[in-house]
Amino acid sequence: MSTATRDAVSRKIVETLASFGPAIDDLRPEATLEELDIDSLDIAELAQVVEDEYGVEISGDDAAGVTTVGDTIDLVLAKLP
Amino acid sequence: MTRRRVVITGVGAVTPLGGARDLVQRWVAGESGIRDGEGACLEFEPTDTMTPKEARRADRFTQLGIAASDAALQDAGWADGLPYDPDRIGCVIGTGIGGLATIEEQHDTLRDRGPNRVSPLTVPLMMGNALPGQVSMRHGLLGPTFGVVSACAAGANSIGTAMRLIQYGDADAVVTGGGEAALTPLSRAAFGSLDALSESGISRPFDRRRDGFVMGEGAGVLVLEDRERAEARGAEILGELLGYGATADAHHLTAPEPQGRGATKAIQQALLDAELLPEDVDYVNAHGTSTPLNDRAETFAIKAALGEHAANVPVSSTKSAIGHLLGAAGAVEAIVTVLALRESVAPPTLGLEEPEEDLDLDYVPGAARELVSRGSNGHAGRLVALSNAFGFGGHNAVLCLGVRT
Repeated sequence: MSTATRDAVSRKIVETLASFGPAIDDLRPEATLEELDIDSLDIAELAQVVEDEYGVEISGDDAAGVTTVGDTIDLVLAKLP
Repeated sequence: MTRRRVVITGVGAVTPLGGARDLVQRWVAGESGIRDGEGACLEFEPTDTMTPKEARRADRFTQLGIAASDAALQDAGWADGLPYDPDRIGCVIGTGIGGLATIEEQHDTLRDRGPNRVSPLTVPLMMGNALPGQVSMRHGLLGPTFGVVSACAAGANSIGTAMRLIQYGDADAVVTGGGEAALTPLSRAAFGSLDALSESGISRPFDRRRDGFVMGEGAGVLVLEDRERAEARGAEILGELLGYGATADAHHLTAPEPQGRGATKAIQQALLDAELLPEDVDYVNAHGTSTPLNDRAETFAIKAALGEHAANVPVSSTKSAIGHLLGAAGAVEAIVTVLALRESVAPPTLGLEEPEEDLDLDYVPGAARELVSRGSNGHAGRLVALSNAFGFGGHNAVLCLGVRT
């Protein structure tokens, strides 16, 4: 996977999470979803955006082990073909 | 068993004429909040009271209700924390319809983009109990919490139910009221198809030319408390909820029973519950929708329930100033009633110029008037009012409210 793709996916995820409420500057890779007040409903919305954008499905089970912004980005990257 | 007495210690509202006290002041001054045939809350900005995240997690009816509840809790002096065990504080807030804008928007998405694009927030936003659920979460209220669904009687039924929860000891305080935001294309079309909406766009209850209701939106929330506890904590008591009556017409899905028999019984029950007589009533805040059928049936009901005394009582309709707030109407109007009693004023029925035969109560046409306590039945120094709310489905809910003057 090219760095360009990786950066684009990261940017899209951060932008999407920011649209749910957190300040974009707080969305550092190590920031936890809990401290950003991102909950299961937000992840369900994010999954929809990701599916729309990249055609990959993220299930509730996939998201179960995700605790940080970085984890979320890695999860999506791992799913990309 | 002696029932506990229930007092109102805080009120908050979002209406086409602003917050609770602004609404009363502006209505009493003769101002209307109706623009282009609708009573929209044009000044309402969700993010004035909510974070962007909270706002996007709520349909507009819930946003309006959250803002009204914040104002009510502040008014009750609860801003720095709950005064009682949270397990003993309930939340009962009704709506007529629920998250209609969300349903319409997501139905568009379903049709245009397919089922996989329908938002996961759809159900939590559209559900009719979203408002009490959100208010309970926001303030950590852990007692009995639910919505009441009875169309345009929902706000009043909620308050009556909340009153009973306190009277019978299920809660020491309840945050209660109603919220509605149905100024949407589907709702306009649907009420229009029923011939319920005013074609002229003018709300003029009890006038011969009235041609339907003008739809409005908004929310009203009251903090009710067990009187002994409220007094012990030194709360300012705005008024007392003296009685509640609720009945059904069992007549027609949308039309009131023409003689107002169900409404008559609801008024009688509210007075009986309050241990008061018709002559104790100083003011009636009518349901007064400006529909041909309601205003006639309601007039008959007031006459039947209050007898000869009906001719002496000022009766006015808040809907003449802000339109019909559907499931929020009963709550906003109960708030208005309490605040008007506190000012010893009967607000006017705006737009009433041409009376109709048989509709001959004192509807306070044109301008507000001073209210004088009758002081009958040993109740000197207290003003007593009824607030009526009736809903499609044949629901009748009447609250009896008292204020020390």
